[in-house]
Amino acid sequence: MNHELSEKAKKLSQGAVIDKPGSTVETKTGGWKTFKPVTNYEECIKCGKCWAVCPEAAYKQNKDGFFEVDLDYCKGCGICAKECPKKCIKMELEEK
Amino acid sequence: MVNIDIKKATVTEASVSVAWGARLSRPEVIPMYPITPQTHIVEHLAEFINNGEMDAEMIHVESEHSALSAMVGSVAAGSRTFTATASQGLALMYEILPIMSGMRLPGVMAVANRALSAPINIWNDHSDSVSARDQGWIQLWVESSQEALDTVIQAYKISENKKVMLPVMVNLDGFSLSHVYEPVEIPDQGKVDKFLPEYKAEDFLDLKNPKTFGPIGFPSDYMEFKEQQQAAMFEAEPVVQEVAKEFGKAFGREYGDGLVEEYKMEDAEYAVIGMGTLCGTAKDAVDELREKGIKAGVLRLKCMRPLPAERIQKAVKGLKALAVIDRHVSLGFEGPLFTDLRSALYETGLQVNGYVAGLGGKDIKIQHFEKVFNELKEGKKKGGWLL
Repeated sequence: MNHELSEKAKKLSQGAVIDKPGSTVETKTGGWKTFKPVTNYEECIKCGKCWAVCPEAAYKQNKDGFFEVDLDYCKGCGICAKECPKKCIKMELEEK
Repeated sequence: MVNIDIKKATVTEASVSVAWGARLSRPEVIPMYPITPQTHIVEHLAEFINNGEMDAEMIHVESEHSALSAMVGSVAAGSRTFTATASQGLALMYEILPIMSGMRLPGVMAVANRALSAPINIWNDHSDSVSARDQGWIQLWVESSQEALDTVIQAYKISENKKVMLPVMVNLDGFSLSHVYEPVEIPDQGKVDKFLPEYKAEDFLDLKNPKTFGPIGFPSDYMEFKEQQQAAMFEAEPVVQEVAKEFGKAFGREYGDGLVEEYKMEDAEYAVIGMGTLCGTAKDAVDELREKGIKAGVLRLKCMRPLPAERIQKAVKGLKALAVIDRHVSLGFEGPLFTDLRSALYETGLQVNGYVAGLGGKDIKIQHFEKVFNELKEGKKKGGWLL
């Protein structure tokens, strides 16, 4: 007997071995959130607490010094909004 | 029939033969946990190591779950690895069985088949391994002490074949084979080294070239990985035959074609199929029946996974009826080998009867086979439990 592999199965590694480090970033893990953080940059003081507490390291500092969330990796936990000393991060329903 | 040069043979317990098969295959690591009736296998391996005759690391783990877990780690690190178990031990390993095969790690485990509790029973049936048949391990089944030794060596070559890369279980009947002394020819190490070169893993845990083993497989990919395993299982079928042939050339011993052994099947009208030592009794029964003019034969299934369906279809050509002897029962239905073979033979239209026998070490006697062949001759759809 034989099994004709699908095109996708032909491309996958044997035994699901990941042979190059750092490939995790290719997996977008932000798909399961219900609420997304939205920062009001008028009030933001660039303290970076959101960046520090984010369990997914989804925040990055832009060239102006503000911290922006990458929604591809944000799982919507809301810790940043809870911890923000200026309370300028709001969790809003994400509509897809 | 096993072709042994009796002048070169020593009388050896089958467990010791398995240990010799492992020793000659040069595993680097042996995680072990003893359990009846497998204990003699690892005891003898420990003795080989103690005597300085074998260069392997023996890991004394705290359970069978740990034994197979250690094996996964050892093979992932690139080492040829061996272990052995039985019955409840295999049951405790169950969680790791699909992990090792899913990670496509080659290795060999001998199972001295024993009934599962309860009631507690240390004697032979096939319930331990047959109930683990869906977990992606190639399953080879042996009938004699010599075959046990030879099959361990072949199992490594099958397992490490780049097209296969799957673990192999070598099954021998607990007590009815594991503790039986028979003449065995122990092959020359040099010849085995030539037949089975050193294992060189392509993917292995390496600090200089880090890789991830055993990551999560999301619903988007999981099924495609199972496709790969299914394809590799089917690829293994011709590899089993090639390895058996190559072994035959190198050592002068063949067991059928590695998948199925045929006994007096050329002109057979009725036949039984089963696995392990019960086939020896079946062959004796067939000899007696042939003296009475009944054209009887035996098919011994040596490879249960992958199930060589087309090979069996060929082997049953010309038969009027076939009986399947299961040494295990899928409680709530029937013998799993019967289910498999009836499905594999459905399109041939052959009458297939299913019998459950020998559970928990109950003897399977020549009289049982006489009854089975009589029912086949009567042409009625029968079967049941042989008590």
